[in-house]
Amino acid sequence: MANAVHIVVCAGIVPDPLQTLEPITGPNGPGLKNEMVLPAVLDPWAASALYEAANLAAKNPGSKVWLVSLGPKAKLQQVMMTAAQKVPFELVPIDGPIGGFPDAHSTAAVLAESIAALPGLDRDRLLLFGGWESATRGAGVTLQLVGERLGITDQFYGVDQIDLRDDGSFEVLERVEGGKHQVSVCAGTPAVLGWATGNLAEPRNNPQTGMANMRTIMPALQKARPATLAPNGLRYVSVSLPKQQRTTRVVKDLTPDEIAAELVEWIGAE
Amino acid sequence: MGSVAVTEMKTMLTLPGDAVRQIQWRYADRFDLQMLVQSARAVARGTVARLVAAGERNTHEWTPAKGEMLEAFDRSGVTAAFMEPEEGGFIAGPKNLALALSAFELAWVDGGAATASLASFLALSPIHERGTQQQVTRYKTLAAPPQPGEDRKPWRGAFALTEPIPYVGVDTGMLNGKVRVAEWKDGEEPWLQIDKRGRFITNIAFANFVTAAVGSDDPRIKGSCVVILEEGDEGTFDRGTPTKKLVHQLSSTGDPIFSLKVPAHRIVGGYTVKDGVIVPNFNHGEVLEAVFRRTRVPVGLMTAAKLLSAVEPVIRYQRERFRGAEGSKPGSVRYEQGIQQREDALHRLVDVWATGEAAASLGFAAARLFDELDPLEKQKNAILKERGVQGGRAAIKALKESEQRAIELLSLREGDPRRAPLEADPLVDFVLKDAEANVICPATKLWNTGHGANMMREAVSLMGGYGITEDCPGFLANKWMDAQLEATYEGPEAVQRRQLTVTMTSEVFLAQFCAWTAEMRRIASDRPGTGACTLASAMHLWLWTLNYLKKATDPGGNKLYHGQRQGVTFALADALCWLLASRCQILDVLELEARGPDDPVASEGLAGTVQFLSDLCHAQAAQAAGEASRICGELVFGYSPHPSWQDEAHRGCFLLSELEEYEETMPGISAFAVDVLAADGSHPLKAGPCASCVGNSEFLRLQNKLTTCLSGARLAKDRAAETVSKVMIPAALDYPA
Repeated sequence: MANAVHIVVCAGIVPDPLQTLEPITGPNGPGLKNEMVLPAVLDPWAASALYEAANLAAKNPGSKVWLVSLGPKAKLQQVMMTAAQKVPFELVPIDGPIGGFPDAHSTAAVLAESIAALPGLDRDRLLLFGGWESATRGAGVTLQLVGERLGITDQFYGVDQIDLRDDGSFEVLERVEGGKHQVSVCAGTPAVLGWATGNLAEPRNNPQTGMANMRTIMPALQKARPATLAPNGLRYVSVSLPKQQRTTRVVKDLTPDEIAAELVEWIGAE
Repeated sequence: MGSVAVTEMKTMLTLPGDAVRQIQWRYADRFDLQMLVQSARAVARGTVARLVAAGERNTHEWTPAKGEMLEAFDRSGVTAAFMEPEEGGFIAGPKNLALALSAFELAWVDGGAATASLASFLALSPIHERGTQQQVTRYKTLAAPPQPGEDRKPWRGAFALTEPIPYVGVDTGMLNGKVRVAEWKDGEEPWLQIDKRGRFITNIAFANFVTAAVGSDDPRIKGSCVVILEEGDEGTFDRGTPTKKLVHQLSSTGDPIFSLKVPAHRIVGGYTVKDGVIVPNFNHGEVLEAVFRRTRVPVGLMTAAKLLSAVEPVIRYQRERFRGAEGSKPGSVRYEQGIQQREDALHRLVDVWATGEAAASLGFAAARLFDELDPLEKQKNAILKERGVQGGRAAIKALKESEQRAIELLSLREGDPRRAPLEADPLVDFVLKDAEANVICPATKLWNTGHGANMMREAVSLMGGYGITEDCPGFLANKWMDAQLEATYEGPEAVQRRQLTVTMTSEVFLAQFCAWTAEMRRIASDRPGTGACTLASAMHLWLWTLNYLKKATDPGGNKLYHGQRQGVTFALADALCWLLASRCQILDVLELEARGPDDPVASEGLAGTVQFLSDLCHAQAAQAAGEASRICGELVFGYSPHPSWQDEAHRGCFLLSELEEYEETMPGISAFAVDVLAADGSHPLKAGPCASCVGNSEFLRLQNKLTTCLSGARLAKDRAAETVSKVMIPAALDYPA
């Protein structure tokens, strides 16, 4: 129990990336066409964080994993039919708006408030996990803001690995430029870890894990606290999908060296 | 000046998603089933799709790659879906809907994968339905996937029934396996010698145990039974050669040979010894009846899944057909809509889609019905046992009174105080559901797979030459051929038709059918756009025809509705299936309309979804009504000889001279006279005078009514086609091709 940690994973839901994603502007600002009807998945970076959290908890007996998620509770319920089968966790749903456009400060405030109110959470042993990136607009600051609001100043981003040591300290690998990792050692919890992809494969669905999770998930969804997110003056001038880039040339008889050289040149120019 | 009110048309936003299907198919409140669906879907669109795309269907042999699929089933809970929680499963209670949903999801990508998952359940089913407690515990526990911390491989099963060795003159209705007493020492359990050759046995390449039907070849064993064989038993357990199937290659099929010595406690359901004779507690027929009633439904749903899975790839193909061509610039109609500019392409896809919807509705209704029937059947057995009723015939006799009470219940209006005690009677409930299940199960197997295979051909044709290639998105050509096997295995079409000819004439079923007809009329008064009125008219016509045929004879005086007269009975069974599928489809849309508003996801754009699905119902009801009308018309008139100019019939014709005379007093009568003889006896050039409708005028009235009830059906199809041309589809198919 010496290294037992309390891991809170912040994870939003996003439309299945294979769907047709068409930006529209509605009365409440930008959004995606038919977003409420499109199948949703757990945000992939945050999902990696969840799997890493479950793995860490399994290796450190006495640990516990919470999944805090803000979104329409009906959509959350649908996503849980898959996500809950992956690893054991306790869901903390917050019934809020869908989409990647709410203000990050408002979102962080609601998340921090919910985490602070978690019964049984030992904030001295807290590891706050989330995604380093997001499949939605990805403001890139929400997790930092939640950490700050909870008073956690040790924050790591682009994390691919954490090793918890017997003395309570831990080593973290963060992605840096050039495909390298920066190695940091932190004296101990609490800390914020914004995950890149980690090293774990996506766990296969296991309905038995799902059934165990559902015992707490369904009641939690029914009691999900509604949250409204203030825009805080945020206004979007325009939104668009990232442009697909494709410039194809048909070239014959190039040697592998010539192809490699051209690729290097192209990458360097990007 | 009159005006027509044009109501605002709602358009479906996206293809129906899980939230819609969960309501339609009634598992919105079952998160265990929702998780199973997601789990099976992940295996289907992951492991299975990759196997198909990698060409694993191109080999008849069982390969390590195919074996990975079984492991994926184990890891994802597909295998455990058949087990009770205490046996390693996660779903408590009846599992017909669960297995149906799982098979549906797997067949969405590949029918062979679905068959492989179902075959293990099929092997376990005789044990599950009729086995002793020890048998149930042993084999279901062995077949359950390993639990965390366990290091073992789950057992796989195969089911060997009555298939003969081909071309050796074996009657398919007879058991070709034999059981004899091998050894029977005083005071000890007997040992049995089993000799059986199987044909087309699924899962045989890797089965650890086989449930085999055998007949007695020894006076010391009575009748027939099902026995459990294990691969380690003494003797020959030869898996035989793989069958060279052109379909379902992701399931293992072969022709095994068994010559094994097994203890008598392997008889499924146990046995008793009477006067030195081993009497199995259940003969093979009793075991199989319980099994096949349930396992045929998922097969029907497999074909339904193929049809619905074809919609998205076909829409994408149609829309993108001309993109990249020189004359097709972005923004042009040709670029944006592709083939969907053409009404025919849209209408044909509407037909495929409507068939898929109807087939799924019929199949899932059957699966749910068996979930309700399973506990009722146990309750019925307990009640009859308490009353001292034993044996099949005695039970049938004992239920006669309940059947009459069931019919009485159906005749009582809502609110009648006499309904309450009848509704509370479990035996009444049982006979009602049993009668329905006896029809709806073979109807699902017959119509979904038979007509479904035809419509899969249509789906393939909608992809042009692409459809018949291995590269076709959605593997449509594979699915088309696979559907043909689904129409054949687990009881081919003739077997289903034969069963229907018996069960569809049961008094209890027909009483329900009348109630359903009235129900469709009521629905039509509130929801005319569903085609319920068309369907009710067709149901009325079908029932009239059945009653007529039961009394009618052919010119030779032979009864028309007779077991041997399959030209009559089978055709009428076919017509019924169309009607049942259409009814279930309408009921599912009404369920969505009623419960959809309470679901925040389904309620988004619900009006458009309901409108579209109602239009599909209407189009399908019209087609069903047309089929029923054609079949019934042929049966009612087809067995009367056409009048000829040589026989007595032409004596009723007008003579030309008579007509001229009558014209003076009844001007215009000539216009109504179709069969007129000239003075020299010459007649119009046709087979003979038109046949009289005397005695069948009621049929013509009903048929005429049905025809006029088709009003609006094509408008519904036009609306549905419009939606098909606009509905948003995903950017890419979610499984590789």
